[in-house]
Amino acid sequence: MGEYVLEMKEISKVFPGVKALDHVTLKVRPGSVHALMGENGAGKSTLMKCLFGIYREDGGEIILDGKKVNIANSKMALELGVSMIHQELHPISYRPVMENIWLGRFPMKWFAVDHKEMYRKTKELFAKIDLDINPSALAGTLSASQLQLVEIAKAVSYDSKIIIMDEPTSSLTDNEVAHLFRIIRQLKSEGRAIIYISHKMEEILKISDEVTIMRDGQWVGTWPSSELTTDLIISRMVGRDLTNRFPPKNYETSTEPILEVKDLSASNPRSFRNVSFQLFKGEILGIGGLVGAQRTELVEALFGLRGIASGQILVHGKEYLAKSVADAKKNKIGLLTEERRATGIFPQLSITDNTVIASQSNFAKGGVLDDKLRKKRATEENKKLNTKTPTMETLIQDLSGGNQQKVLLARWLLTEPEILILDEPTRGIDVGAKYEIYTIMQQLASQGKAIIMISSEMPELLGMSDRIMVMSDGKVAGILQKEEASQTEVMRLATLYL
Amino acid sequence: MSETKKLTYAKLGQNFIIVGIVFSALGILLGWLQGINATSKAWKEMYDLPWFILIIGIGFVIYGFMKWRTYKEDKTAFVDLSSKGLKKFLLNNGIILALIAMVIGIMMMEHRFIQLKVLRDILAQASPRMIIALGICFTLLIAGTDLSACRMVGLAAVISASMMQNPEYANRFFPNLPQLPVIVPVILAIFACMLFGLLNGFLVAKFDMHPFIATLAVQVIIYGVCSLYFDLPPNNSQPIGGIRKDFAALGQKKLFTEYLPDKIGGIPILIPIALVFIVIIWFILNKTVFGKNVYAIGGNREAAIVSGINVPATIVCIFVLASALYGVGGVLEAARTAGATNNYGVGYELDAIAACVVGGVSLNGGVGKVSGIIVGVLIFTIIQYGLQFIGINAMWQQVIKGIIIAIAVAIDLSKYRRK
Repeated sequence: MGEYVLEMKEISKVFPGVKALDHVTLKVRPGSVHALMGENGAGKSTLMKCLFGIYREDGGEIILDGKKVNIANSKMALELGVSMIHQELHPISYRPVMENIWLGRFPMKWFAVDHKEMYRKTKELFAKIDLDINPSALAGTLSASQLQLVEIAKAVSYDSKIIIMDEPTSSLTDNEVAHLFRIIRQLKSEGRAIIYISHKMEEILKISDEVTIMRDGQWVGTWPSSELTTDLIISRMVGRDLTNRFPPKNYETSTEPILEVKDLSASNPRSFRNVSFQLFKGEILGIGGLVGAQRTELVEALFGLRGIASGQILVHGKEYLAKSVADAKKNKIGLLTEERRATGIFPQLSITDNTVIASQSNFAKGGVLDDKLRKKRATEENKKLNTKTPTMETLIQDLSGGNQQKVLLARWLLTEPEILILDEPTRGIDVGAKYEIYTIMQQLASQGKAIIMISSEMPELLGMSDRIMVMSDGKVAGILQKEEASQTEVMRLATLYL
Repeated sequence: MSETKKLTYAKLGQNFIIVGIVFSALGILLGWLQGINATSKAWKEMYDLPWFILIIGIGFVIYGFMKWRTYKEDKTAFVDLSSKGLKKFLLNNGIILALIAMVIGIMMMEHRFIQLKVLRDILAQASPRMIIALGICFTLLIAGTDLSACRMVGLAAVISASMMQNPEYANRFFPNLPQLPVIVPVILAIFACMLFGLLNGFLVAKFDMHPFIATLAVQVIIYGVCSLYFDLPPNNSQPIGGIRKDFAALGQKKLFTEYLPDKIGGIPILIPIALVFIVIIWFILNKTVFGKNVYAIGGNREAAIVSGINVPATIVCIFVLASALYGVGGVLEAARTAGATNNYGVGYELDAIAACVVGGVSLNGGVGKVSGIIVGVLIFTIIQYGLQFIGINAMWQQVIKGIIIAIAVAIDLSKYRRK
């Protein structure tokens, strides 16, 4: 074995109209964690999909253990010792965890599946990486973070030399991230190589040995992580110096409450309880907390998507019964949901259609649409947000995540909301687009709109919020003014009721 | 992609217009020659070929103008003439190309197929199916289906026929029924279908039942209800006959008979009726809030809910609207055949679904166009008519039809598969 367990040389891949990979090189040492970084659309996932046999590269070669290989499909990749943990998990919900792990290679006894043996092997596997999950539990009953850890266990079970992790921590709490890092270090000590894709700088600097940075489908460079800092990584990713990750604040917050929530509890007793807070005109109220703090559930209830058992909501001092989305829209509330693909975009519809869908009645007379007006308003709104799209007829699924998010923002802005709720507005979006969305949020606040922002990214929460409401296990643990907010204080409150 | 292999829409439009004019001229010339040599057998064997060439030519000119207009709006639009572009073109239009090849094949095997009369008959045959397919496409667009379409057709046929018999007919369904205006039973029949459509929509929207099972249940109910009605004394399940002329005219009348040459012999009223419904449905799907909501619900139901679309109400409307169209289809069937039994419409729902899917409507919802549905329905009708025309027996026709569904959908799906 040479110096590298994996060498990907001069890999190219062209999609219709896009050069996704342009002579990219990646060299990974055994027993190391190699981070792969870049903005969305930089080609990280495409490169990994070439390695895992999901895509075929158009040019270049892949050398595994000094031998040139030709990976035609995922099965071959697994046999060659490459496994991948995908960004989005697709468990078979109604089958036990263990069947999800051993699918395609069940232990057999004669012609029947040997369930006993499967259970034993799964137990053994879980014990090895210190995971406390019942192998017979249905996969659908697991939380997102548990599933992520199961997926990692599955990768370990293949006894792979190379494990690709694509955003493995996006749904994990800090404790679970620490657990994951313990597992990664253990895998490292066994001589396995880990390719780690993530947007979280702090994580990368903590866990990785080497960092390869990509930009626009091209290889920018590979550096030992000890030589890198967050700012250095960002400037190399975007190709420019980002002196400031957040735009400077340029607006005044009023003291006029627009929304008052009093002692609100969800119909589901395990969801949020006794939540009270005020929202002022022209402010950005951040909601912090760990996964499972019921932040999304709270804002969905405010938006009329979930049942409310008790408590009161006042908009402009008048009682508002959040019974349906129609109610919410009538009270000028908009919600940008957390899951862009699942509950945001209509993938096969055009940008225009996606933009106007929530405010269609404004563009119709007697149910018949005014096409010209629709297109005009959609174009204007997207232009304001600087959405990059070839035409307004382009399908939204062909845009990058950041641009999709801008279209969704435009959708809600067209409903002319006074209260805009943004649930993880920058999740899975590259650094440049993030900055643009921050700028838009501040513009809106300066126009007197009130914004509620849920964020799991501490820097974003601290950098963007005027006040931060921290939730812990369904309850409000505290509301911090910008000046008194700090990373440690937010964390203290987030774990208050755990 | 090199510059030389690109063709702007302006050029494309121009080319089409030129070719179209050449074709039209050729058609006129051939027609003139055919007129001169009217006695020659060879020229006679050509049948209406000059007409077809003329029609194709005019079609090309119109298409060319449309492309040219697109160019005016978007100057960057172009056609890719490289091998990749051609491959894409073949995939995107494979079904239509196959259809054209088939038609030419049949025309060569059997010259009598080259007649405007044949075209007319095919369009007339396609018309009722078109209306039913237009109804079912709504349910497909929301990733559902509607198995009750067939029985609704039967129900509408029986109800309308039962009230439209000649007073002197011996076996009247309602012996003492006065002579109703035609519109009354038509409305009643459609209204009955809409009631069951409401039931479909209610089951799907209220209980979140899968449309497959909800409409299956309703299908069985409708058949039962229809049979009970059909079995009422004095009819006792006799086929309904003795249909009034004015009602039968709805499905049999030929328009413009006196103005058109004998070789066409009038345009069956079914064709303009179907055209009206095509226009209405196109308008609903593309130009109304309701239509946009249908696509949105099919494309991403969760996002539709979050966007504030009233999903249950839209679903109910979809099933009611669809059933109204089946009702129209059933009435036309009864009029066209001047009769009805409770077994009218059997299998229509599967034909309609197959036609939609062949026309590019996705069973996963959210994708589908009226133009695709028209092509899908025409393909099926042409296959059936053409195969009969060249004397292929009914059993083989079934086999061929099945194969064509499978191939057409396979080609269509490969468009979306990227690697």
